[in-house]
Amino acid sequence: MSVQDTIRQTVTSNPVVLYMKGTPQFPMCGFSAGAVQILKNCGVSFAAVNVLEDPEVRQGIKEFANWPTIPQLYVKGEFVGGSDIMKELFASGELQKMLEGIEG
Amino acid sequence: MTTLADEIRSRLVVLAPEALDVHDDSAAHAGHAGAAAGGGHFDVLIVSDAFAGLNALARHRKVYALLADLMPHRIHALSLKALTPDEL
Repeated sequence: MSVQDTIRQTVTSNPVVLYMKGTPQFPMCGFSAGAVQILKNCGVSFAAVNVLEDPEVRQGIKEFANWPTIPQLYVKGEFVGGSDIMKELFASGELQKMLEGIEG
Repeated sequence: MTTLADEIRSRLVVLAPEALDVHDDSAAHAGHAGAAAGGGHFDVLIVSDAFAGLNALARHRKVYALLADLMPHRIHALSLKALTPDEL
């Protein structure tokens, strides 16, 4: 299976996926830490993929969404955005709406 | 000497920004793991009519497209706010 297939499978088989640097317990980057905090504030459980553990995924995820930075949030298989967009959507309440109905 | 912040500004001019603030925040991140490769951290605020009718994703893509060859090596991280003049 190619990296792109693996990523597609991950984002479609988990309702909320965060590609990040480090883990939710030990984020290795301020932007990833902020993204984790936002999802925690939304009270939703999420799958986290640590891109630092796999160089192929680290590069592949940038190509998958055609988005140059990490973290990246996926909800129900759709790319939502990076940390700035997550902040904006959280502040406006749109992110909470997007995550409604997903098990906490 | 042209700094990387100057380079970013000159790239974004094509969006005809009403306001453009590029802040080099690299010093605040010196020494952390991600900064080890030498890429800079930047805060960018850009206000332009070019963003009208576009959602945040599309706005960010527009900016990233202009900086594509600088990321991730010279620009390690970019915090971006892209607004229209009405949203200021």
